[in-house]
This record gives sequence, structure tokens and C-alpha cells, in this order.
Amino acid sequence: MTIKLGVPSKGRLMDKTFDWFGARGVVLSKTGSEREYTGAVDGVDGVELVLLSAGEIPRELAAGRIHLGVTGSDLVREKLANWDRRVKDVAPMGFGGADLIIAVPNFWVDVDTLDDLDAVAAAFRKAHGFRLRIATKYHRLVRDFLQANGVADYQLVDSQGATEGTVRNETAEAIADITSTGETLRANGLKILSDGLIHSSQATLFKSRSADWDGGNRDIWRKLEQVLGV
Amino acid sequence: MTISAAGRAEAARIAAQFAAAGALPVETAILQPADTLLDLYGEDIRARAYVTADPLAGEMMLRPDFTVPVVQMHMESQAEPARYTYSGEVFRKQESDERRPHEFLQVGYEVFDGKAPAQADAEVFAVIAKALDGLPLRAATGDFGILMAAVGGLATSEARKAALMRHLWRPRRFRALLERFGGKVAPPASRAALLSADEPFKGAGAEFGLRSRDEVEQRIEALRKDAALPPISGEEISLLDMILSLRETAQNVLANLRDIAVDMPAIVSAVDRLEERLDALAARGVDVTTLEFEGSYGRTSMEYYDGFVFGFYAEQRPDLPPVATGGRYDALTRVLGQGRAVPAVGAVIRPEVIVSLGEGAA
Repeated sequence: MTIKLGVPSKGRLMDKTFDWFGARGVVLSKTGSEREYTGAVDGVDGVELVLLSAGEIPRELAAGRIHLGVTGSDLVREKLANWDRRVKDVAPMGFGGADLIIAVPNFWVDVDTLDDLDAVAAAFRKAHGFRLRIATKYHRLVRDFLQANGVADYQLVDSQGATEGTVRNETAEAIADITSTGETLRANGLKILSDGLIHSSQATLFKSRSADWDGGNRDIWRKLEQVLGV
Repeated sequence: MTISAAGRAEAARIAAQFAAAGALPVETAILQPADTLLDLYGEDIRARAYVTADPLAGEMMLRPDFTVPVVQMHMESQAEPARYTYSGEVFRKQESDERRPHEFLQVGYEVFDGKAPAQADAEVFAVIAKALDGLPLRAATGDFGILMAAVGGLATSEARKAALMRHLWRPRRFRALLERFGGKVAPPASRAALLSADEPFKGAGAEFGLRSRDEVEQRIEALRKDAALPPISGEEISLLDMILSLRETAQNVLANLRDIAVDMPAIVSAVDRLEERLDALAARGVDVTTLEFEGSYGRTSMEYYDGFVFGFYAEQRPDLPPVATGGRYDALTRVLGQGRAVPAVGAVIRPEVIVSLGEGAA
């Protein structure tokens, strides 16, 4: 009878998560050496800490291998089809905030809205013989958003890092990426479309709908829920 | 989910009927080059088709439908008139409904014949109807030709018509464009600011990337021209709305369209074609007095159909996908034939849906 809580295994996201639980009387800590991914939970019984990469937490939740998990709301929506049928968002945690947005070069003075982007995509395809490329690693979120808004004649190209540089490098014409302050975008001569906000993300505590909640696990969760006040 | 023996038997029965109707049985590869499909259908196809990679051939897709490879095969052989039938698995990702199968059978009937399009339309519909005879199905029909003629006949610029035409299959954006072109919605403030600026590029930073400053200037020029145009008239928009909201038996629709055509002469020849098609259907024993016609039929799902469209639905089983769908796709052959178009019309039946229909009744 234990429930597993998955938490990002390093960096600011881990520290902030530890702080968030600590402020509510549940003390999470890494055990062993700094490099070891094992942890402990004090302040509530029956909860086991699992340290994982933030990007793997959605999959582990969906598979029911962990009962609870902390990760970005963007990652859950991107990595899980039908995410809300597979996990439940229990509590937004108020940190790790970032917006998934669509951005284009500043000197595209004719483009401010999705409507403009769509019109430009049509003209671009005619002029260049291929679809306007949008670099991103958030394929599902971006595609669903553009489809819902009736944007056509674009293609997504995968970019796992330094996405803001793809336009200058001529591997894409626009980007869809996470930004918190917009500083990197500005430094790379890019501007955000005024209606180009795809998702406002933040670190969120999720609960798996498919994990084993029998045999007392539900009671452990109820207790934890009370302690955390979520 | 494994394809059942009953599904295979049903597929064989239908394929034999199609062959008896004069179609040549053909095969296509399951692995298709991804670039052709991506170029045709755009990013949406990635959400629907399985993509895999070959070390030499590059990105490949598990055949999401037969239409594209059959058209390509036909364009190479150049035989005309030609009738083909095929039967086999297609593969579709299911992102929202887990109960829908990822692989299922399609049996198709395709006609490439430019001489008598109305006859070819009627032939495909009648052949499908015959294969489905006796099943509790509702047939729905529509006609993109009429919509396209109506848009093409609007008293406005070619650029506006092209923008509307491009979004016929995306009703939301089509509506948004129509409202803006009709002057019902003001352009965004950023647009007005751009068009009134003396130096639109002031403070915009350096040019970089593949889209050049020239292209930006051309668009500004196009926007200026557009802003100077009078709005599309309320009368024209309401005629277009009348066409889109038609939902009646085909014969009543025909009478309505004749009335609309008095004020919108651009659709006359498209309406003539509808009449010709209805006559051809009647001649093949289809009861056109009860056949349904919807002005908006197929607008959300059938990009590249550009004329007659139809589907057969199990009304008692809304959980099932359509049993058959089809239509005319001349534009698709133009794209795949690099300018050389072959008038084409075809349809597919999903034999396993017929089997589950029988199981539901038992």
C-alpha cells in the first residue's frame, strides 16, 4: 500500500516542487548522493518519491506506473492524446510558467494575426513551391491549434532546441515555442502573433486515472489531499 | 484489432460486384512515400496517418487511403476511359476515439472518364448503392461544384474569391473571411495602422529568413487594394447562405437552386450539371424523389472533392462511421498530374462496418 509520486529529478523545477510540498507540510528530499535519483517523503505515510525526467512523467502517469506526478501542463497536453481522460489536473502549482506561442520575424510588418499567417502561408507556398515551415517540438498542440483556427498551407518541422534560430538559418519561416519573458524571441528578431497564444503552461500536480487506486491507496491519497489542501 | 473473416468475405463479395460492373482490379503498395501525401493533405495527415522511415526511401506512410496511389497509377498508364476496383487495408491513427479501428478494409470503385461526367457520377453512386442494397442506410449527397460556382461568381476581386475558395473545406475560416469581405467585421487595428503608416518598415528590424522583404511589400500592396474594395453585398452573401443551408430532397433543391440562379447566374451551368446528374441517377433506378441533398455536405471532411459528393450512413447506429463515401475529385488529379487533369469520380465501402451493422441487428 503505497502510492508513487513522480517529481522532476533536477534543476529549478525539482527545487520549486520540493518548496511547494514543503510549504504544505510534506517534506520531499533526495537521499544518497547528489547524483542518485532516490528520494524520501516525510509528513505523510504511504507515499513513495520517484525522481524522473519531467518529460517522462506524462507517459508514466498515463501508464499508471506512478499515481501522482508533477510536470508542465504543456508536456501533458503534448505527449498524451485525450490527456484529460488519462490524467486529472489536481492543482496548478504557480511556478514554471511559460506560454506556448507562435512567433514570426519582426520585419513581417504585414503579419499580426493567425488570419495574416494563413494568407501569408498561401502566398508563400505559391512563391516557393512548398508549405511555410513552422519549427516546433510541440507538434500535437500546434497542429490542433492551427487546425481549430483554420490555418492551412503550413508544415511543422521538428526542432528540439535553439528553435528561435531556425528562421535565421532558413530551416523554418516561423516558430512555435515556449517563452516566459520573450527575451530570446526579441534577441532573435521575432514577434508573437497577437492571437498566437496556444497554451499558458505551468507546473501542475496531476493524478493518474489508470494507476492502482485500490487496497488502501485511495485512503492514502485522501489523506495527502487534505494535508496539501488541494 | 484483427480484421475478421466475415469482413474479408464481405470485401470479396463487394470487390466481385465491382469487377462485374466493369472495373479492373488493381493493387497498390501499403507503404507510400510520405512527401506526396503531405504535400496534398498538409499537416493534418500526420495526425491521421502512420509515418515511418526507410533508410533509403525516406519518410513513408502506411497507406491512409487508396485514392492517391490509384490516381498516380492511372496517370502513368494514361488509359481512358478506365474503371478500377481495389480492396485492402488502410491505416489511420485514432487520436480521440479509442474504439475506432486503426486498420480496416476499404473496397473502392473509381471511374476516370471525361466524356460524360454526369453519367460517371451516377454510375459510381448506383454501383455503390447496389452493393449496399437491402441495408438500412440513409444516403446523403451534395455538390461542391455549385458552391465553387457561387463563390467564383461573386462580384468581388479574384484575390477574395481565391481566399474563399481555398477555405471552402474549413467552414469557420470561410465564415470569418466572408464576414470581413462583407464589411460585417472591421479589420484588426494592426491592419489599419499598417495601411496608414508612411513607413511600414520603420523599427521593424532587419530582413532575414526565406520570406523576403519583397514578399512583405507585395502583401501590403495586396492589402491596400483589398481595403479599397467595396464590401461583398448583403444580397450576395444571403444567396450564398441560402445555398449552404439547403437541406431537402434533391428535386426540391434543384427547384430552389433554379430560383437562386435567377439572382446568381454564375451557378446556372453547375445547376444544369446537377439536373443532368439527377436524370442520370433516375435512369439507373435511383429514387431521386427521396434522395437527400445538403448544400454544406462534406465541407468539414472532404478536401479535394470538388463536385458531386455522397455518403451512406447507418441511421440507427450513430456510433458507426459512414458505410460508404465518395465523390468527384478532378482537382486532385490536376495536382498529382502536374497540371494534366483527368476527370475522376470514385467511392469506397467499408465492409467491416456492414458486418457490424448485421451484428447489431442480430
